[in-house]
Amino acid sequence: MRYGSLAIVLIGAATLGGCTEGVLDPKGPIAFAERQILLNALGIMLAIVIPVILAILAVAFWFRASNGRASYLPDFEYSGRLELLVWSIPAMTVLLVGGVAWVGAHDLDPRKPISSPVKPITVQVVSLDWKWLFIYPEQGIASVNHLTVPVGTPISFELTSSTVMNSFFVPQLAGQIYTMSGMVTRLHLQADHPGMYPGLSAMFSGDGFSDMRFMVDAVPNDKFEQWVSQAREAGPVLDTEAYQGLAKPSQAIEPFTYRAVAPDLFSGVVNTASIAGDPSQRICSTSQRVE
Amino acid sequence: MNLLGKLDWNAIPLHQPIIMGATAFMALVVVAVLGFITMKGAWLYLWREWLTSVDHKRIGVMYCVLALVMLLRGFSDAIMMRAQQAVAAGGAQGYLPPEHFDQIFSAHGTIMIFFMAMPFVVGIMNFVVPLQLGVRDVAFPTLNSVSFWLTASGALLINLSLAIGEFSKAGWWGYPPLSELQFSPGVGVDYYLWSLQISGLGTLLAGINFVTTILKLRAPGMSYMRMPVFCWTALATNLLIVAAFPVLTAVLAMLLLDRYLGFHFFTNDAGGNQMLYANLFWVWGHPEVYILVLPAFGIFSEVVPTFSGKPLFGYRSMVAATMAICILSFLVWLHHFFTMGASANVNGFFGVMSMIIALPTGAKIFNWLFTMYGGRVRFSVPVLWSIGFMVTFVIGGMTGVLQAVPPADFQLHNSVFLIAHFHNVIIGGVVFGLMAGYNYWFPKAFGFKLDERWGKAAFWCWFVGFYIAFMPLYLLGLMGMTRRMQHYADPAWQPWLVVAMVGTVIILGGIVCQIIQLVVSIRARDKLRVTADPWNGRTLEWATTSPPPAWNFAIQPRVSGRDALWSSKQRALATKDEAPARVYEPIEIPRNTATGFVTAFFAVVIGFAMIWHIWWMAGFGVLGAFVTLLVFAFRRRREIEVPADQIARFDLAHQAGAAA
Repeated sequence: MRYGSLAIVLIGAATLGGCTEGVLDPKGPIAFAERQILLNALGIMLAIVIPVILAILAVAFWFRASNGRASYLPDFEYSGRLELLVWSIPAMTVLLVGGVAWVGAHDLDPRKPISSPVKPITVQVVSLDWKWLFIYPEQGIASVNHLTVPVGTPISFELTSSTVMNSFFVPQLAGQIYTMSGMVTRLHLQADHPGMYPGLSAMFSGDGFSDMRFMVDAVPNDKFEQWVSQAREAGPVLDTEAYQGLAKPSQAIEPFTYRAVAPDLFSGVVNTASIAGDPSQRICSTSQRVE
Repeated sequence: MNLLGKLDWNAIPLHQPIIMGATAFMALVVVAVLGFITMKGAWLYLWREWLTSVDHKRIGVMYCVLALVMLLRGFSDAIMMRAQQAVAAGGAQGYLPPEHFDQIFSAHGTIMIFFMAMPFVVGIMNFVVPLQLGVRDVAFPTLNSVSFWLTASGALLINLSLAIGEFSKAGWWGYPPLSELQFSPGVGVDYYLWSLQISGLGTLLAGINFVTTILKLRAPGMSYMRMPVFCWTALATNLLIVAAFPVLTAVLAMLLLDRYLGFHFFTNDAGGNQMLYANLFWVWGHPEVYILVLPAFGIFSEVVPTFSGKPLFGYRSMVAATMAICILSFLVWLHHFFTMGASANVNGFFGVMSMIIALPTGAKIFNWLFTMYGGRVRFSVPVLWSIGFMVTFVIGGMTGVLQAVPPADFQLHNSVFLIAHFHNVIIGGVVFGLMAGYNYWFPKAFGFKLDERWGKAAFWCWFVGFYIAFMPLYLLGLMGMTRRMQHYADPAWQPWLVVAMVGTVIILGGIVCQIIQLVVSIRARDKLRVTADPWNGRTLEWATTSPPPAWNFAIQPRVSGRDALWSSKQRALATKDEAPARVYEPIEIPRNTATGFVTAFFAVVIGFAMIWHIWWMAGFGVLGAFVTLLVFAFRRRREIEVPADQIARFDLAHQAGAAA
């Protein structure tokens, strides 16, 4: 039974990689590297965990009271060599996985730009109650609950929240990052293959949380340009007033786009929270790196 | 001004059939219990022998009863969530609207951590530690009673929220700004805050009590390196309580100031910083994990040697591992929010520290393995739980270390993979440990064993049910399912959630088996009756009668080695000498007092009044609590003396009974 469940995990993990959307089916370099680290760490640990589980069951079974053939060693309570072994096996595992963690934390730091000859596109993300606003400052447009990105281009995100904490997460493209009011966090990702990838908020944010979903539409470059010019032609304008309307709590909003965005709207959103009180007390945090 | 603050008839959710049904059911159970007590005419007995008792054994039992009752409450929440997620796929909304679902997962986490696991752990420590140390009580018996009743007050408040008002919808961590007045204007967060403040105070007092007891009150000859490992883990846990709980109290107090007096510790505006809350909360929160699991490790360290008929392998190594965990647990809190945007160095440091703490834990697993090696393992119920634990906990530890790798955590954080991980360690570690301890020490507490067959059935249901309920969540987490979703779009998730639901029902079967086990055992108690030492134990609690008298030991035990009882049994076998004549002396035991109960009554009044902004009533509660303190401080008679001949009579009768 216990092997059964372990087997379920392993088989499931293997099959999932091929057929279902999720962490194990990455579509970009960041998510791919993160999956690689996850599998490496898992592999290192399984190499020790599986034998340990087998040993526990074997020892418990063999030394059962009814087994006359098992030797009884009532005074076996210390062995320096075994103690060394007992501490060094987990120590070696920790050394290996710890190395993976340290190197990984630096290589895949969400703030670190993706090195690529292609010029990155900046997207500013605002989590609202309960929807996502994506601002394309270079294109001068914005969209709600729908993110269109060109394939093969690094996307550089600046993220904040209008109210409560949320977590921006597209499992197939990159790990998540919190969005917090008055602060800006950074994330970089890239889609290598065209497709629709689900995104969501991974931090509970209130009653409308379950509908804080969006689709990432990764399209070829020309299609992206086409989408941008279409967006510029239709839809409302996102100025301060429109933003305040959008910011009112609402749930399960159908995606739509704004044909124009007031400049500095994003930094306005970031600063509203911190300047509402004493302007001299602006939040300065490790997360804030507005560029 | 309204005399009752914010409280009016609208506070009772009459229009919500599910809540009213649950309330009616709870009311029915309470009425049935009260009716039963009245029918038996047991009120005076209950008041004198239990509610006002300062005996550590009775307080321990009451803690465990509270924990088991809260287990039922928390589990009802769990099964409701599983049922909701099993049906709410695609466009379906399920049967729980978001505002109700949000309260349920918040209540589930809060109740299971603070009012199930904590009381159970503290209860078992209460019962066992003084007996294992060979002493007559804890250092401060009345304080012990106050601690228990404050915990019970918190539990009462959180259950009141079901019927009067609402519970928090901000999760069991209550992260601001969601938990601030601006986004949670109702009383839910206030219920959360006040019940945790009151019970947290109780836990802190219990921690102080136990640290003092273990450091200052041990039987003559019981040096630190002769203490049973359970006492070591209890020491480590209580040191952690004393160090960590004030942080929780402080951070919740800051949130209270934000909510009640317009402070700006964690608000979005005026210089508040929500990240401060996350840091402080988990500075308490991660040690809390070890507060819960270390005593469970202690229980396994008693059960495995006893049922293997041999000493614990690597005692010193176990002690070192326990104390290492005690210190390291304060250096890992940031792994709860790698995704907050800290620098790579910070994330890397906390990732590596989180792995280092797995090192002593891993060493412990091997030590238990080598304890069984060369033993004669009797597969009694506590051993089944222990082996089930070792297998399950190794998997949970592995997925934990996996999430300590920051880039992996970016993908797994807040997903149901995380849910699976911490249930894997809390059920597989803490709950399995507590169940082992419950079956192991029950005969000591009540003088008869629990039924083995139902106990084994309960174990298998829990064990199998756990895997079926939580392995699918690991998968779903990898598929990108995040926690706390009231409904979801991806129909591919649904089959797995149905499987998880089935697992939860199997766990329910385990709980039912445990209730049957208890009933069957009580009815057959004459057949299951045991003497002092039913398991061929090794430590001092098995040296006195089952159940032990109020004074624990008729004659103060003297300890001359590790595994005190085992070594004295071996000596008796070897020398075959007549036991030395037993000389009895009068024993002073503390008088029962209603201080704890009355204090708790006023604590509930204060909490309830503050939640509903009934300021006069809060003032009344504070005054009442203060007067109670004065009355206690100026009491005249503190102890009663049990005469030597009464002790002699009890002891001789017991020995005669044991011989027969």
